Amino acid sequence: MEKLLEIVGLKTHFFLDNGVVPAIDGLDFWIGRGETVGVVGESGSGKSVTALSIMGVVPNPPGKTVEGEILFEGSDLLAYDAEQMRRIRGKEIAMILQDPMTSLNPVFTIGNQIAEVFMLHGGKSHPEAIEGAIEMLQVVGIPNPEKRVHEYPHQLSGGMRQRVMIAMALSCTPKLLIADEPTTALDVTIQAQTLALMASLKDRYKMAIMLITHNLGIVAEMCQRVVVMYAGKMMEEAEVESLFANPMHPYTRGLLRSLPGVDRKERRHQRLVAIPGIVPNLLNLPKGCRFSTRCEEHIGICKEEEPPLFARDRHRVRCWLMKD
Amino acid sequence: MEQEALLRVTGLKKYFPVGKGDLFKPKEMVHAVDDVSFEIKKGETLGLVGESGCGKSTLGMTLLRLTEPTAGQIWFEGKEVTRLSKGEMRSLRRQMQIIFQDPYASLNNRMTCESIVGEPLSIHKLYTGRERRERVAYLLGKVGLGAEHGKRYPHEFSGGQRQRIAIARALAMNPKLIVADEPVSALDVSIQAQVINLLEDLQNEFDLTYLFISHDLYVVEHISDRVAVMYLGQIVEIAPKDELYSSPIHPYTEALLTAAPVPDPTAKRKRVLLTGDVPSPIHLPSGCRYHERCQRRQVDCLDGVPELVFVNKDHAVRCRHF
Amino acid sequence: MDIDQPIRHVDAVAFQFSRIKKRIFRKKYLKIYVGGSIFLALLFASLLAPIIAPHDPAKLDLTLKLLRAFESEDFILGTDNLGRDLLSRIIYGSRISLLIGVVSVLFAATLGALLGAISAYFGKYVDELIMKVVEIFLAFPFLLLSIVIMAFLGPGLTNIIIALVLSRWVQFCRLVRGEVLSIKGRDHVVAAKALGAKDMYIIVRHILPYTMPSLIVMCTFEVALVIIYESSLSFLGLGVPASVPTWGTMLAEGRTYMMAAPWLSVFPGLAIFVTVLGINLLGDGLRDVLDPRMRGR
Ligand SMILES: Nc1ncnc2c1ncn2[C@@H]1O[C@H](COP(=O)(O)OP(=O)(O)OP(=O)(O)O)[C@@H](O)[C@H]1O
Ligand SMILES: Nc1ncnc2c1ncn2[C@@H]1O[C@H](COP(=O)(O)OP(=O)(O)OP(=O)(O)O)[C@@H](O)[C@H]1O
Ligand SMILES: [Mg+2]
Ligand SMILES: [Mg+2]
Repeated sequence: MEKLLEIVGLKTHFFLDNGVVPAIDGLDFWIGRGETVGVVGESGSGKSVTALSIMGVVPNPPGKTVEGEILFEGSDLLAYDAEQMRRIRGKEIAMILQDPMTSLNPVFTIGNQIAEVFMLHGGKSHPEAIEGAIEMLQVVGIPNPEKRVHEYPHQLSGGMRQRVMIAMALSCTPKLLIADEPTTALDVTIQAQTLALMASLKDRYKMAIMLITHNLGIVAEMCQRVVVMYAGKMMEEAEVESLFANPMHPYTRGLLRSLPGVDRKERRHQRLVAIPGIVPNLLNLPKGCRFSTRCEEHIGICKEEEPPLFARDRHRVRCWLMKD
Repeated sequence: MEQEALLRVTGLKKYFPVGKGDLFKPKEMVHAVDDVSFEIKKGETLGLVGESGCGKSTLGMTLLRLTEPTAGQIWFEGKEVTRLSKGEMRSLRRQMQIIFQDPYASLNNRMTCESIVGEPLSIHKLYTGRERRERVAYLLGKVGLGAEHGKRYPHEFSGGQRQRIAIARALAMNPKLIVADEPVSALDVSIQAQVINLLEDLQNEFDLTYLFISHDLYVVEHISDRVAVMYLGQIVEIAPKDELYSSPIHPYTEALLTAAPVPDPTAKRKRVLLTGDVPSPIHLPSGCRYHERCQRRQVDCLDGVPELVFVNKDHAVRCRHF
Repeated sequence: MDIDQPIRHVDAVAFQFSRIKKRIFRKKYLKIYVGGSIFLALLFASLLAPIIAPHDPAKLDLTLKLLRAFESEDFILGTDNLGRDLLSRIIYGSRISLLIGVVSVLFAATLGALLGAISAYFGKYVDELIMKVVEIFLAFPFLLLSIVIMAFLGPGLTNIIIALVLSRWVQFCRLVRGEVLSIKGRDHVVAAKALGAKDMYIIVRHILPYTMPSLIVMCTFEVALVIIYESSLSFLGLGVPASVPTWGTMLAEGRTYMMAAPWLSVFPGLAIFVTVLGINLLGDGLRDVLDPRMRGR
């Protein structure tokens, strides 16, 4: 598959009063054209910061991308100036966020907000742009789009707002859509609607999606490949069937095992298998593998040296157990 | 042998007035809980699922009379809770406790862990001095925290640990019933499993009864004995969990069950995609509350709200067509 | 901080040491130090006024009237229209002004906060009753209200404080009521209720601490206001006798000479400003330190 986006050795750090937070600490993965890649991991593992880094909108200060390359269609986004980046954002790479209420501007009608994207990137006039907005609202399945364009965000339900966000993101038919927990704030039934919508739009526009979530169910349903992150590093990467059938990193295994009701028949009334302990503080990472403090399979070297990525059976795994 | 019910609720209603009414326009009401009846047996876990805003938290709060019910009765161990005076209610609170979803908000951030856990003891003047300290240390141990954590403030703990503090506080007075309002929703999966295990262990050890509120169908399936499904302030289906998950009767239950994404890429799913949003709890749909979104709608669904009818001894449904 | 990790002893000692160092030099302590020093200095000045004041504040000498500031070594801040030394008057003035400012605000804040919290917490008729009283108090202009109260009580220091408390508590009451309305529904309050705690316990232990930050800010501004308002009362002959200097009266008297002798109003004004700044810094710093979330940052 042709690589649309490739991230090489990315490091984004936050420089705080009490130390440097290595929110992303050497990240390598790629997304193919038209592919959906899931990024999963616990809270604080650096998923959102990865998205912000790609978009070039890491809050600075205190944050800064200090190392690495973000190759989009072969050229390094980190070398782009502000104007070049502005042209990429929204047009080539679009992003939707978790909270559809705070990411929409409450004082403008949703029509105007979608139209703005058309006017910024498509060079359209205002009436044309509003036409476009109505069309996009239709695409994302909002009933009565002619009426709805004139409404304000607070007049819409959460699910509708997220549809508006999707409409905005897709209005310039981006090649890559970064969706940061797009359905976490929504109910299951609305989540199912939204995911179905995203899947159908992906086929229609042939775009790639980087789907950030902590819900492994969504990953299983939507993605072709998965990147598992832990404390700023990628721990495992594999195709989705393979990852669920044969997780190789102890962390991935732990995540899958701690899910209730994965295997209905066998697991009834059984205790869940939790991962002990808590995520380490990024200001005070353990020596060696960052998962070693919680890993029940760790061996001597794990607490001494950080493991590199090992390639095995089309998985890439950051674990010493994979070495031999 | 038929086990007695620890908690029994009949016709419970809680309406919230919204806005200001005047002479010509009566006040509008949010029908947060609208005619709910069920019972929980001693030692069992009743799961309560439903979408956001359907009234789960309000039901939990009303059960403990943390908000006063608009109508209906609540019996706890044969006592009619809804009739108790303020003072009687205060002492009954030892028996029934609540755990909240957001472990950041439910702890007073100006108190140490120790004083939070010890607070119920001092409120009810149960232990003093060394006994109290020992009891607090014991409780902290039970939820997997060490005595060294006692002097710390809530912000120095992770979300999962904070939830443990809240659990220890709820346990302090040996309650019989715990209403757990989405106790794991704010936690990461790995931590979620820890807390669920803890709740199960404590249930076994102290013979606790749970009302477990959640919107995560898998979590509810794991922890519950019976499950109630709520929609717009009403219980639309209640059944033992195996029966509910394997053969749901109400179309909403069915839609809800199939909507949850399955963490298995090879699973074949036949999903009932619901259209539209949950209607407003202020201007309720006429007839069956679910009919606008229902995949099996028929003409008579508009004829008033269906009753909750028992299909068999433990399985009740609020739908005319099954 | 990762609290599941055992800290080795040496690390622990080094850590503690660096923490102590950090504590002392941290900015928020700076606020307390600066604010506290200002406040203490003012306090000492007022207590030791007879010792440090260069002149008798009441001594008239019309030959020396309206001396400019910084021109005579003997009268650094100049003299007023009656030839009284401005510096001495400011030093003596701090006695009454500070006393009235701090004491009346403390009482007004306590009364207002309690009533506001009770009003919001219990709601219904309690709220309606208290809010009716607040409305009545608000219906009168502040000055008129104080005048009425003073006329009723008669002049005197205690009475002026009572009058100021009675006319300022409503501000605190409204502020706290607003805050408590949003705090009382929070989970930690409901949790306390679920534990069987009594209402007043919940208010004092779980609600009022959360209103502290805005209360403290409001207090510092009220101190300034009250110091100035006292002058209006004294000006009308309802406060302390005119012969006793206070910052507010000095400011008011100086206004007449604003063009000819600006220092007469500038320096008392500056004194009020510095006091407010000191109290504000102190309050701000205390708020940060008292809030455990800010500790160890
Ligand atoms: N603006 C910021 N200032 C300081 N640190 C930050 C900032 N934004 C993020 N971080 C730190 O970067 C790390 C990664 O955060 P990130 O938001 O990417 O996590 P995440 O994986 O998206 O988690 P979640 O599932 O909670 O959204 C965290 O430890 C966080 O504390
Ligand atoms: N104090 C209140 N005043 C007015 N309306 C309220 C109040 N509390 C809840 N409601 C309304 O009652 C309905 C039910 O709310 P409730 O919090 O019980 O829902 P829930 O099922 O717990 O939802 P969630 O899953 O989001 O927690 C909602 O429409 C809500 O807006
Ligand atoms: Mg995030
Ligand atoms: Mg709720």
